[in-house]
Amino acid sequence: MTNSWTDIKNTDLVVVMGGNAAEAHPCGFKWVTEAKANRGAKLIVVDPRFTRTASVADYYAPIRQGTDIAFLLGVINYCIRNDKVQWEYVKNFTNAAFVVKEGFGWQDGLFTGYDEQKRDYNRSTWDYEIGPDGFAVVDETLQNPRCVWNLLKSHVSLYTPELVERICGTPKDKFLTIARMISECSSPVKTMTSMYALGWTQHSKGSQNIRSMAMLQLILGNIGVRGGGMNALRGHSNIQGLTDIGLMSNLIPGYLTIPTEREPSFDAYMSTRGFKPLRPNQMSYWQNYRKFFVSFQKAMWGDAATPENSFAYDWLPKLDVPAYDVLRAFELMHQGKMNGYFCQGFNPLLSFPNRKKITSALSKLKFLVVMDPLQTETARFWENHGANNDVDPSKIQTEVIELPTTCFAEDEGSLTNSGRWLQWHWPGGSPPGEAKTDAWIMAQIHLRLKELYRKEGGKVPEPIVNLDWRYKDPHEPTAEELAKELNGYVVSDVPDPSDPTKTLLTKGKQVVSFAALRDDGSTACGCWIYSGCFNEAGNNMARRDTSDPDDTGAYLKWSWSWPVNRRILYNRASSDLQGKPWDESRKLLWWDGAKWTGYDVPDIAPTAKPDTVMPFIMNPEGTSRLFTRAMMRDGPFPSHYEPFESPVVNVVAPKVRGNPVARVFRNDFEQFGDAKEFPYAATSYRLTEHFHFWTKHAHANAVLQPEFFVEISEELAKEKGIEKGGTVRVWSKRGSVTAKAVVTKRIKPLTCDGKTVHIVGIPLHWGFTGAARKGFGPNSLTPFVGDANIETPEYKAFLVDIEPVAGPVA
Amino acid sequence: MFPPLPNPTTAPTPPRFGDQDLIRRSASTVTPPAKRQTEVAKLIDVSKCIGCKACQSACLQWNDMVEEVGVNVGVYDNPHDLTPASFTLMRFTEWENPETKNLEWLIRKDGCMHCEDPGCLKACPAPGAIVQYSNGIVDFVHDNCIGCGYCVKGCPFDIPRISKVDNKAYKCTLCSDRVAVGQGPACAKACPTQAIVFGTKDDMKQWADGRIKDLKSRGFKNAGLYDPPGVGGTHVMYVLHHADKPEIYAGLPNNPRISPLVEIWKGVAKYAGFAAIGAMAAVTVVHGIFSGASRVSPHDEEKAKEMAEKPPAGENA
Amino acid sequence: MNMELSRRGFLAGAGAGLAGTTLGAFGFGDVEAAHAAAIRPFKLANTAEARNTCTYCSVACGIIIYSKGDLKKGEKAEIVNIEGDADHPTNRGTLCPKGAALRDVVHAKTRTLHPQIRKAGSDKFERVSWDQALDRIARLMKDDRDQNIVLKNNDGVTVNRWTTTGFLAASATTNETAWATYKVVRSTGMVAFDNQARV
Repeated sequence: MTNSWTDIKNTDLVVVMGGNAAEAHPCGFKWVTEAKANRGAKLIVVDPRFTRTASVADYYAPIRQGTDIAFLLGVINYCIRNDKVQWEYVKNFTNAAFVVKEGFGWQDGLFTGYDEQKRDYNRSTWDYEIGPDGFAVVDETLQNPRCVWNLLKSHVSLYTPELVERICGTPKDKFLTIARMISECSSPVKTMTSMYALGWTQHSKGSQNIRSMAMLQLILGNIGVRGGGMNALRGHSNIQGLTDIGLMSNLIPGYLTIPTEREPSFDAYMSTRGFKPLRPNQMSYWQNYRKFFVSFQKAMWGDAATPENSFAYDWLPKLDVPAYDVLRAFELMHQGKMNGYFCQGFNPLLSFPNRKKITSALSKLKFLVVMDPLQTETARFWENHGANNDVDPSKIQTEVIELPTTCFAEDEGSLTNSGRWLQWHWPGGSPPGEAKTDAWIMAQIHLRLKELYRKEGGKVPEPIVNLDWRYKDPHEPTAEELAKELNGYVVSDVPDPSDPTKTLLTKGKQVVSFAALRDDGSTACGCWIYSGCFNEAGNNMARRDTSDPDDTGAYLKWSWSWPVNRRILYNRASSDLQGKPWDESRKLLWWDGAKWTGYDVPDIAPTAKPDTVMPFIMNPEGTSRLFTRAMMRDGPFPSHYEPFESPVVNVVAPKVRGNPVARVFRNDFEQFGDAKEFPYAATSYRLTEHFHFWTKHAHANAVLQPEFFVEISEELAKEKGIEKGGTVRVWSKRGSVTAKAVVTKRIKPLTCDGKTVHIVGIPLHWGFTGAARKGFGPNSLTPFVGDANIETPEYKAFLVDIEPVAGPVA
Repeated sequence: MFPPLPNPTTAPTPPRFGDQDLIRRSASTVTPPAKRQTEVAKLIDVSKCIGCKACQSACLQWNDMVEEVGVNVGVYDNPHDLTPASFTLMRFTEWENPETKNLEWLIRKDGCMHCEDPGCLKACPAPGAIVQYSNGIVDFVHDNCIGCGYCVKGCPFDIPRISKVDNKAYKCTLCSDRVAVGQGPACAKACPTQAIVFGTKDDMKQWADGRIKDLKSRGFKNAGLYDPPGVGGTHVMYVLHHADKPEIYAGLPNNPRISPLVEIWKGVAKYAGFAAIGAMAAVTVVHGIFSGASRVSPHDEEKAKEMAEKPPAGENA
Repeated sequence: MNMELSRRGFLAGAGAGLAGTTLGAFGFGDVEAAHAAAIRPFKLANTAEARNTCTYCSVACGIIIYSKGDLKKGEKAEIVNIEGDADHPTNRGTLCPKGAALRDVVHAKTRTLHPQIRKAGSDKFERVSWDQALDRIARLMKDDRDQNIVLKNNDGVTVNRWTTTGFLAASATTNETAWATYKVVRSTGMVAFDNQARV
């Protein structure tokens, strides 16, 4: 989230699209009801299903899953045509005026540079024209036909209300009502917020779904303001933290990146990470990359990371592919190229697409280690559970080790919420049985591995035996010790440059924030964006002061948020070019003549002149980007692509199947179904009564929603002879499930490109362990393909068939 | 935002009301306290309800109830009805508004309404099995319950359920244990959108007024408060977007009132005096009276009239 | 300072809402009533409290865990109730149906309690000690790493890449656990490293 849960009360319009906030985040949704009470805010829901969020909406419109880009580009087109643009914001705070290189274009659904064989683009034309001064060329008059604004205008002109209806199945009048409501928020004194979740990410073009809305929000001037923003409602209690700390194939904590093998040396690595400003006087904050990186290496390897060994640069693995994401990992496993796998609080047997493939892949492992407080299906993938897990244990040679871990109630530490607040918690119960904390288990694995390397020697033991592990009890580092490392500390005294008799930084002290980090090895910091969470002032994450001057919803003294306790990102954009708030009733940060001041920690240098330094300080442009240059694999603008399995062809680009650059492994291509064989458009989702595959272990939740079901319209039920509460079989090219049928008015057939499209809704909470009835997850059916940029699987749009079957014997 | 319910205290706290605050006791006469306590109420704003069932979950947890894991029968309602272990239940109705043609998903939290004039208590033949405190809470005293089921018949909302395990009647207590120490009901504390709020009855009505104004401004011209006069008003009230049609909310009675059969029985009880006949004898007496459903039917009206003219045999026992 | 137990609440400062609406209004004077027959004794009396955060979604509602026995006093603590923390700015004491039933997941019959190993081809788990399980894991890891880690690529560039063992990290563990996990996993050169954010 760019903003926070409590800030949502400041909005005038809530758009829930690509999510279902009332069901998946009920207590966050409270702030929508507060906005309705405070400002008379309206709530719009756009979803293939009439959800429980829709039940309290002011306006609802249906949409076919996987067509959000067409809808949103349609709204952008509406705003441009009707002059509903926050012009001062767009001209100054976005790259609308930047001139794009000659040669860039879009035709037949493809941008310039497509290579069909590689399923990739040569993206060299997707960039700005650079002037003789070394800066990007801009045309502030927006007259240049190649400036971003004119390219955008032309790119979205295709998406008329008629085309939106044809693609999305959203009736034109409903689309226009919503477009009108949204466009009103182009006023500097009206704000809209976007609340989205996996309804946008779980598509082969998920990243572009989100970009489309982000672009719309920029055009309306809604980024960096109270009650505005792009608010990703993260799914798990610390998925934000796990991402921030970079527990991903290609990440280093704080969104630094693991080197690739094209970067054999630290110098080569840094050469592409200079981030020189693209316009005069801009901050381009990533220019500090080296400080963050070196401090990270010092936190990893302590005294063994020296200037002489390039701060242990060689000890980091070098990638040969963009990432070993989970889909690639299971593909390799399926090919027999992986031997060992660890699942820490993760249940891939039900979480990853094409369960048949997952089972087969896990069966090829030599060993599988599962660390979990609950008995997961993954730990029992080899166990026969009849139709619910039809395997023969004697044919599975994988050794499985299950380790009992503590849960939230039994451990201490911080979790990062969706609004980037790091909140500390304390244990309240004793662990059951022999359950141990994950930190203890990780320490045991490390210490044992280190001991084996010490005793036996082996391949490149240095990064293991030199790992900085100076904890009071090496067997169980405490949460406080680890938090202090994340914050960062001074490794060696740094003299004060203005007075050499004093020290600027004193060895052993916690650094105050990332501003103190250095690139010479004199500071260490586990995660630069978390720097400030536990400094000499103490554990800021444990703060519980609920004061909130003028009721802005900021709560600056409650816990601590990254970066540097800032609650709304890009908050300098809440004021105009002179630093005067766009909206007095909703002012956030303003220029007092000498410095920035307001209700939040400024997202700009405190004395940076308002008309000189632009608000988007992480970007070398200083502005936000309507045109994203070569940074995304599938285009500098979003473009409508159908899901890989779609009930209709892409009317914009009939020859293109799915996202043209999404990675598809060969065997998976063969397992895509088509609309002839599988006529119904399926989607998967959470229900409010459950959390993934966890709460089926909680008795009360098993009571509230006991049994696996699918949802269909009354029309489809009639057509197929399916009765409410009857049993159905649903199958795709990859698998088959049986479920109860919920027949509902809340799902209606749509008409897309003249064709009736029936929707089958498949919730995801059942498996074969726990208190609820045994069932299936949608992953028995879903295709093995991910988003072109980040490989999030396409769970939200695929094809199935459905038929009634004789009911099961109870 | 309505002021949130405070966190419970863990310090031992004497209850703020008790037997001295009873204004009614089933099959008994009580001397009402000189001063009535401030009346409390729970307000359920159906228009803010997101049907998340947090109320059901919180209720199960707070009351340490273990409900059965059921099945799906093609709807979201689970369990399928109130039970001795489920004091509250979300009832879902898909309603196409004939005026706007829009689908509305009406989700009503069902449970005891804590009537000011409680039919269950009036119907109950067991002395002290059902009590009403001066703050409005109607509570069951299980030690005194004989499991006859007349409370079910007497309830215009069809709420109490008899346990097959201990043959006693169960229903929502309005979390009397929490209210007694200055807390609110567990469901109200949990409710994510404050669709359930709890406070004094006067404050609840005032809060409801504001909500109704907001709904009217959003086009719900018949929005209103459900505080049915037929049972003397209730200590659980609803804000409805279509208050002119309460029955569309999973059969919420349009004009609930106590069955005239119960009124008759009440008269009988008064006349006979329970001390004299004893609870089990009373059961025999009322057995013939209650046979229909708890909703008042024309048949009941007739039967009541008939009985009023010709008192049942039990009267002379 | 025991910040956990600080009780700086909203009620004192909350300006909004109805005038006069406080639960104190039900406080009916100083009468100390005898406990009524129907009213359950308040079950949280004399329990210990701990401030925690709901383990499910990213709204991160504040919760209070009530236990018999106090961990802070070194006692064994049995959790008897979990409910929303009214002092928390986001949830103000409210919880969703998952959060309101957290006690049931903590006490789930299907919690893992002891390390277990399922041998190749077996149809059951067998209980083992922590030492047996951890020694086995370290052995399996080292053998695979020593055999398969790629030290240099074809161009002679040092890559120290271990692709044959992977690690999926949790989504509900603390940042501190995540950091310990990151250090241990990264130090081995493992690259098939991912978390729930992807799905």
